[in-house]
Amino acid sequence: MSTNTAYYIPHKAVWPVLATGGLMIMLAGFANYLNGSSIGSGMMLTGFSVFILMLGAWFSLQATESESGMYNHGVGISYRMGMMWFIFSEVMFFAVFFGALWYARNISIPALGEIELTGPGRSTHNTLWPAFEAIWPTNGPGNVGGHFEPMGAFGLPLLNTLLLLTSGVTCTWAHHGLLAKNREQLIKGLAATVALGFIFVACQALEYHEAYSEMGLTLGSGIYGSTFFMLTGFHGFHVCVGAIILSVVLFRSWKGHFSPENHFAFEAAAWYWHFVDVVWLGLFIFVYLL
Amino acid sequence: MTAVVAEHDDHHDHHDHGPEKGILRWIITTNHKDIGTMYLVFALIMFFVGGTMALIIRSELFEPGLQFVDPQFFNSMTTMHALVMVFGAVMPAFVGLANWMIPMMIGAPDMALPRMNNMSFWMLVAGVLLLAATLFMEGGAPAGGWTLYPPLVLQTGKALPFAIFSVHMLGISSIMGAINVIATIFNMRAPGMTLMKMPLFVWTWLITAFLLIAIMPVFAGAVTMLLTDRFFDTSFFNAAGGGDPVLYQHIFWFFGHPEVYVMILPTFGVASTIIPVFARKPLFGYASMVYATAAIAFLSFIVWAHHMFTVGLPIAGELYFMYATMLIAIPTGVKVFNWTATMWKGEMTFETPMLFSIAFVVLFTMGGFTGLMMSVAPADFQYHDTYFIVAHFHYTLVPASVFILMASGYYWLPKWTGNMYDERIGRLHFWLSAISVNILFFPQHFLGLAGMPRRIPDYAIQFADWNMVSSIGAFIYGFSQLLFVYIVIDTIRGGTGKATAEVWEDASKHGLEWTVPSPAPYHTFTTPPEIIPTEHV
Repeated sequence: MSTNTAYYIPHKAVWPVLATGGLMIMLAGFANYLNGSSIGSGMMLTGFSVFILMLGAWFSLQATESESGMYNHGVGISYRMGMMWFIFSEVMFFAVFFGALWYARNISIPALGEIELTGPGRSTHNTLWPAFEAIWPTNGPGNVGGHFEPMGAFGLPLLNTLLLLTSGVTCTWAHHGLLAKNREQLIKGLAATVALGFIFVACQALEYHEAYSEMGLTLGSGIYGSTFFMLTGFHGFHVCVGAIILSVVLFRSWKGHFSPENHFAFEAAAWYWHFVDVVWLGLFIFVYLL
Repeated sequence: MTAVVAEHDDHHDHHDHGPEKGILRWIITTNHKDIGTMYLVFALIMFFVGGTMALIIRSELFEPGLQFVDPQFFNSMTTMHALVMVFGAVMPAFVGLANWMIPMMIGAPDMALPRMNNMSFWMLVAGVLLLAATLFMEGGAPAGGWTLYPPLVLQTGKALPFAIFSVHMLGISSIMGAINVIATIFNMRAPGMTLMKMPLFVWTWLITAFLLIAIMPVFAGAVTMLLTDRFFDTSFFNAAGGGDPVLYQHIFWFFGHPEVYVMILPTFGVASTIIPVFARKPLFGYASMVYATAAIAFLSFIVWAHHMFTVGLPIAGELYFMYATMLIAIPTGVKVFNWTATMWKGEMTFETPMLFSIAFVVLFTMGGFTGLMMSVAPADFQYHDTYFIVAHFHYTLVPASVFILMASGYYWLPKWTGNMYDERIGRLHFWLSAISVNILFFPQHFLGLAGMPRRIPDYAIQFADWNMVSSIGAFIYGFSQLLFVYIVIDTIRGGTGKATAEVWEDASKHGLEWTVPSPAPYHTFTTPPEIIPTEHV
């Protein structure tokens, strides 16, 4: 626990500006890559490396400061608020893609299929695609991306649901270990969580592979493919990030960091993990089941 | 609330710690005052960059016909003018004020998360650099309007991915800034500074921060879909694939409507802070101001489709969004009433900050009323995409947000620099601005009602006269703003003499920032203040 009563105000932060520069080079590189420029991928890689190295340096500085007791209770509260509202912003980001799915299924597809007799879709239906029927899943009246099979819910997706739900339990079990000063339980719980996370990602990769190679289902398969891959893809990316954060927390636990009173990094990682978990439940219901 | 006692990481000398020397001081600083200054200077530069674009637009529109620029570039100018002014000038200026003033107003030693504060600023610079770079690319800068509607915007040349990533970086910057504001206000207040004792500027920023965290990810999601539609074969906004371009408009305006309140709520906050000082009365209806701000913020999330009345919404949607929009007039009316009541029978003096604030109350009310006109869906069919809407939102942005930003410049410059500005030139700046801004924007109401469409480089001959008047106003307004730059530089160099700690008569009754010396020391409130001004309760 912190020995300080004062709120720690750091000076001279070198890492934030360098990390920003890295991110900017990476994004400019990505844009160049999309425009077909040959320097794009090199810039992307350079920027990404700078960004990751700088974040690593920044976080290890934070960890050192935290372990040396420089942060009082107030600093911990600020960090927790920061993490909370960051997760809220992520919720809003996912809400956009869930919203797009809802809109396609309830507004644009019925309009294009003339289920509603009024509204803007009607003339589009009559003049462009009179044969189109509003049935979900669909790749639209233009049959964009060609024939595809939709992804079922009860194979890999159900297994993935079980994997992530179990990982939520192991994560909480690890937290109980931390609070009870049972370091072995903490490390085992975290290791299990990280492992389950990476198995989830592997299953997801397998699912994508099947979709692309056997089912004709791609990102280009009309609105179904777009919403399916963007929602599950961004979720998978967040699982990867969450698993990496948990790996760092695991490494720090193994080094002997954290105490029942002072373990913000663990809490933040756990919150993030539960958030990713909840998003998956939404995905399972709205993307796979319904 | 526990007392916040700051410990800075130079252990030897807590109170006299000064800044680094040289340029590095600014690049790696975590000090809220340094970062606030950088935000404000950056915003001022961008104000002139965006202003130059506006003058290019007004030059082209000075008379009918195409004279200076080609239509594609004209469209780039309207788009970039808006993006630069919104994301590069007005929003950063208010973040700069938040950085400078919130810790000083609530008796905190600094922002809650100083390293992230530094990153927010540099993310902003990086985002704006990406955006500015698009001006020099093959195919030109984005020219589909700041709303970036597909399918038009998808025809942008090489600039498109850069503009999209710029939006991502600006979004990250805003979210980090907003998180910092929330953590600072909730966690760093001095003992006794209860929520309902906070200055209105702090309150409005708290609510603005919630808006930002809720909407910036939404914009990021929308432009990400643009990116994948263009480069990765998705069909979000493509009817052939089952998508819908109108979906983009819904998402954009779910972001866009709260976004315009992000620019106006802190404006309200500063006005509510300045007017009581120069009326020498406590703010009338403090609690109702807080609730009205919260009500406006809530309503901002449920009115977005009033930007889309002509897109073909179902009639039930038109009616709902019409009535919901009209509701906003109620809390806004409460605010205008309270500002007026604060001045009622006050011992008013008319220094430059007060002049700008009074002009804000009057001219913002006009902008609000034209907004009410357009909320009427059947009437909006006539106004939509004409110069009437241009006049409307410029009234709510220029003589409102920008005037209040100027007011806050004059109000706090003595505190920031330790010197008084030249009141004579300040008033000259005010009168030039207040008159020319009306010459600039008022005729645009007539043009719009007569049917002149917006975002077009040429127009029918009957619109010539008022366009000429508007352009003349634009040049007077634009060049008058150079006076402000002169005043800022002059005040930094000494102005008309040293400022007292209180600067304005009895100001220390209104806010903690007036209890510290002028200029404010590099670190303020490393131990929390004992007395909280409670003039307004």
